[in-house]
Amino acid sequence: MNRPTTPQLAVALGLGVLFAVGLVISGMTLPSKVVGFFDFSDGTTSWDPSLGFVMAGAIAVYLPAYRLTMRRSKPALAERFRLPTSKGIDGRLIVGSALFGIGWGMSGFCPGPALASLGGMTSQALIMVGGVIVGMVLFQRLMPAPKA
Amino acid sequence: MDQFTPLSSTIGGLIIGAASAGLLFANGRIAGISGIAGGVLKLGAGDTAWRGLFVLGLCLGGFVCSLVVPEAFAFGIERSGVALALAGVLVGFGTQMGNGCTSGHGVCGLGRLSFRSLVAVITFMATAAATIAIIGHAFGGAL
Repeated sequence: MNRPTTPQLAVALGLGVLFAVGLVISGMTLPSKVVGFFDFSDGTTSWDPSLGFVMAGAIAVYLPAYRLTMRRSKPALAERFRLPTSKGIDGRLIVGSALFGIGWGMSGFCPGPALASLGGMTSQALIMVGGVIVGMVLFQRLMPAPKA
Repeated sequence: MDQFTPLSSTIGGLIIGAASAGLLFANGRIAGISGIAGGVLKLGAGDTAWRGLFVLGLCLGGFVCSLVVPEAFAFGIERSGVALALAGVLVGFGTQMGNGCTSGHGVCGLGRLSFRSLVAVITFMATAAATIAIIGHAFGGAL
């Protein structure tokens, strides 16, 4: 395994900051906006479609960028692309995604906004991220991935 | 802050897409937050450093933003600490089991036209909506 070079590490740090800025501008560090996207209890009068606009904006950039980048033989700073290799639909994908959605709906936090909000030092994010770490470690201990 | 914000949400989304695209272009990696964060916890896996720095960047970006616009971190919903801790465990466990979250499956996976990610996104959107409907109807919107 090649050790990451200093430019790769600097890019990772910088893009983490940029990602957080995007999350904050988009309003996704506000759990009320996430809940508002899924909440139809008052009919459509209080529906907040913002989350859909965030996803659409992000995919509008990533989709063409992915196609253009994949024409290259390798990334700008690394030896090769490392893309997910799993293809099939299995129980782990469905059950795992279902559990994630329940936790997302309970808290209004998915992992990115939770970490950005941890930087914002809110008590809710602190509790949330603590739980996320416990959940990740639990999974890694109880159900380690089948050796690839 | 419950009003619809089409402009800022689209701009924020474009920035998220650009950061994700940058990670692929420069380092050849998928910008899946749960995958990157989960990898930090697997110490000794060999690529802890860049993952840790990306997570640190996320926190650092949040910290700087909180100095400029603290209102961008208003929690705004009624949830107890116990509910949040349990939600965190479900998010951590579920994203490791399902290999991704809103960024990895939602942005990168859909952007790569991955059928697997489409199934994941439909699944977690559905259970999130169901959860919020149950909290709204059975618990009066608080948990």
